[in-house]
Amino acid sequence: MKRKSNNVCLKAEGLTKVFGFGRRKTLAVDQVDLTLYEGEVISIVGESGSGKTTLAKMLLGLISVTEGEIYFKGQKRDISTHRKKKEYWKNIQAIFQDPFSSYNIFRKIDAVLLDCIHMKGGKRLPHDKKVAMMAEACSFVNLKFEELTNKYPFELSGGQMQRLMIARIFLLKPTILLADEPTSMIDACSRATILDMLMKLRDEIGMTVIFITHDIGLAYYVSDKVYIMEKGKFVESGTADQVILNPTQPYTQRLLSDVPKIYEEWDLSTV
Amino acid sequence: MSYLLQQAFRSGKFVFGFSIFATILLIVFIYPLVIPDPPLEIIGQGTFFEPGIYVNVYDSIRAPTYILNLRGAAANRIASRLNQADRLAMKEWLMAGGGIAEDEIDIEDTALLLGLWVNHYSPTKNVPGMTNARRNYFARLDISLRGLLSTEGVSVAVKNPDTGVLEETSFIAQSDYANINQVANVRVLPLGTDNFGRDMLTQLVAATRVSLIIGFIAGLLATLIGLALGLLGGYIGGIVDDVIMFITNLFIVIPSFVLLILISFSIGQEKRGAITVALVIGLTSWVWTARAVRSQVISLRNRDHVNLSKLSGHSIGYIIVSDIFPYIASYVVMAFILQISSGILAEAGLSILGLGPRTTEFPTLGLMMNWAMIYQAQILGKWWAYLPVLIIIALITFSMNLMNTGLDQIFNPALRE
Repeated sequence: MKRKSNNVCLKAEGLTKVFGFGRRKTLAVDQVDLTLYEGEVISIVGESGSGKTTLAKMLLGLISVTEGEIYFKGQKRDISTHRKKKEYWKNIQAIFQDPFSSYNIFRKIDAVLLDCIHMKGGKRLPHDKKVAMMAEACSFVNLKFEELTNKYPFELSGGQMQRLMIARIFLLKPTILLADEPTSMIDACSRATILDMLMKLRDEIGMTVIFITHDIGLAYYVSDKVYIMEKGKFVESGTADQVILNPTQPYTQRLLSDVPKIYEEWDLSTV
Repeated sequence: MSYLLQQAFRSGKFVFGFSIFATILLIVFIYPLVIPDPPLEIIGQGTFFEPGIYVNVYDSIRAPTYILNLRGAAANRIASRLNQADRLAMKEWLMAGGGIAEDEIDIEDTALLLGLWVNHYSPTKNVPGMTNARRNYFARLDISLRGLLSTEGVSVAVKNPDTGVLEETSFIAQSDYANINQVANVRVLPLGTDNFGRDMLTQLVAATRVSLIIGFIAGLLATLIGLALGLLGGYIGGIVDDVIMFITNLFIVIPSFVLLILISFSIGQEKRGAITVALVIGLTSWVWTARAVRSQVISLRNRDHVNLSKLSGHSIGYIIVSDIFPYIASYVVMAFILQISSGILAEAGLSILGLGPRTTEFPTLGLMMNWAMIYQAQILGKWWAYLPVLIIIALITFSMNLMNTGLDQIFNPALRE
C-alpha cells in the first residue's frame, strides 16, 4: 500500500494566513512547514477551528497566502493568471467535506463530469467516447451512469454524491488529492466504502493524498505520515505509528483519548 | 430554459399572475388596432362626461321610429328629470319664496307639487339669503320641469332657408322609439371623458402602454446596473468592491427621489420624453439592488460549489454567470419586478410634480393621475378619472408579484415539490 518515493512534490515553508485587521485579527495558520513526497499519504489532524481547512485552501490556491511560500515539484508555485491556475489545478484536486453543498444545484451530473473531461483536454472527443469515459468513472465508484445521466446532484444521497466526487477525481487523475474530511458527513457504512474507493483510486493512478480529518483513527488507518495541528500550528508530526502509538504532546494524547472505544470506559477527563 | 418555462406554467400562482399581466398586455396591443383614435384627441366639449353610451340626438330624430307602449315609461320619464333632491329643493323654494306652509306640500305627489311650482315660481323673485348659483339652479330646474306632465309629443321644425319661417318636418310622440342600431352615430364611452373631454378608455390604454415601457426600461436599467456592480463588487472584492461600495453609498446618502427631481428639472421640459424619464429613473434606483446582490454574492463566493467550479478550471466570468447568478436569480427577478413597479410609481410621482414626460404626444398613468388631481376629480366625485388608473397600477404590481412568487419555486429547485 505504501509507495513512498523520495521526490518532493509539494512543499510549504512558513505558511501563514491572517484574517481581519487590527484588533479583529485572527491567526488561522501560523508558520506551517510541510513536505509532501510523491505517492505518500499524509493526514493533518486537529479539532474544529484549528486551521486545517484554511491550510488546505491555501495549498489548493483558493485563498491567498498571507506569508510563506509553496513549492510545487521543486518550482515556486505561480498561480498569478487564470491559465496558470488551471494548469496547477490539473495537478491538485480536492474532495470537500459536505457533499450536499459541493455541487451547483443548477447543473446536471453530466455537466460536472464533462467539465473534468474538458479540463483534461478532451473537449474535441466524440460524444460516445465522452459517455464511455463517464460510465467508466461511475462504475469505478459503483454508480450506474445510465441512472445518473440527466439528473441533478440533489437527487442523490450523500454517499452517492461523495462517490460521484471520487468519480470526478478518477477522470481528472491529479498528482495530489486533498481530501478535506471526505467522510465526516457520511454514515459509518458508507464511510468504509468511500475510504476503500479512495485508496483503490490512489493505488490505480498513484496519487499523493492529503487527508484532512479530525478523526485520528481514520488517520492511523490510511496514512504514512500524520501531522497534528493545534491553533494553526503543527505541534507533532511523524509516521503514523510514531505519532499515534507514542504521542509526545498532550494535545495528541487528548485527541487519542477522545476516540470512543467499544470495550473501554470513555475517558472524558480531558475534555 | 424550456424546462424552466414548463415548470413555471405548472405553478398556479405564476399562471394566475401571468394571465392578468398577459390580459393587460393583450388589451394594450389589440385595443389600438381596433380603435385607432389618437389617445389625446379632445372629443368632448366640457369636463368629466359620465361613463355611458352617447347617442346622437339629431340622428336619432331622423332614425326610423317604432311605437312601443311600455308600462312605466311615463314614471321613468318624470323620475329621470325630477329626483328626490330636486323635489326637496322645490319644497325649499316654495316655502322660502312662495310663502307656502310646510304641511301643504307633499313632495311625493308629483302632480300637486308641479301645480304649486308652476303657480308660484318666478325666476325674478329675490329670495333673501339665496346665492346666485342656487338661483341659477332653480332657473334650470324650472326649464326642465316645463311640460313634465304633458302627454303631447314634440314637433321638429326646420327653418325655411328662403322665408325664415319654421316648418314642421316631423312629430315625435312620447311612445316613439328608435333602434340604437339604426342611429348613425353612437359613441360608447365606457369610462367617460376626462377634464379635457378626451376618451378615458383610449387614453388609459395608451397610458398603460407608455407607463409599462417606462417601468420596464427603468427597471431593466436599474437591475442591470445593480446586478453588474453587485456581482463584480461581491465576487472580486478588494479594491474593486471598495470603489463600488463608495459610489453606492454616495447614492444612498442622497435620497434618490430628490436626485430624480433635480435631474428631471435640469433636463428641461422640452427634452423630457418618456424614454429620458425612464433612463433617469433607472439611473437613480439601482442602489438597493446593487447592495443586496453584493451581500448575497459575498455569502455565495466561499461556498464549496464555487470552489469546485474553480478547481474545474472555469473562468471568473463563467463562475459568476453559472455558479453565482443562478443562486441569486430569483432575488434578481424579484428585484426587477419591484423595480418595474417602483419605476411606474416614480414616474407617477414625477408627473404629479409636473416633472414627468412632456404631455403633447402621449399620456402616462402618472400624467392621468396628475390631470385628475389638478381638476379635482377626487373632490368632485368623478371616480372614472382616477379609479381605473389606480386599478391598473395595482393590477400590474399584483400580477408581477404573483409571477415572482411562482418563479421563486422554480428557481430554487430544492424547494420544488
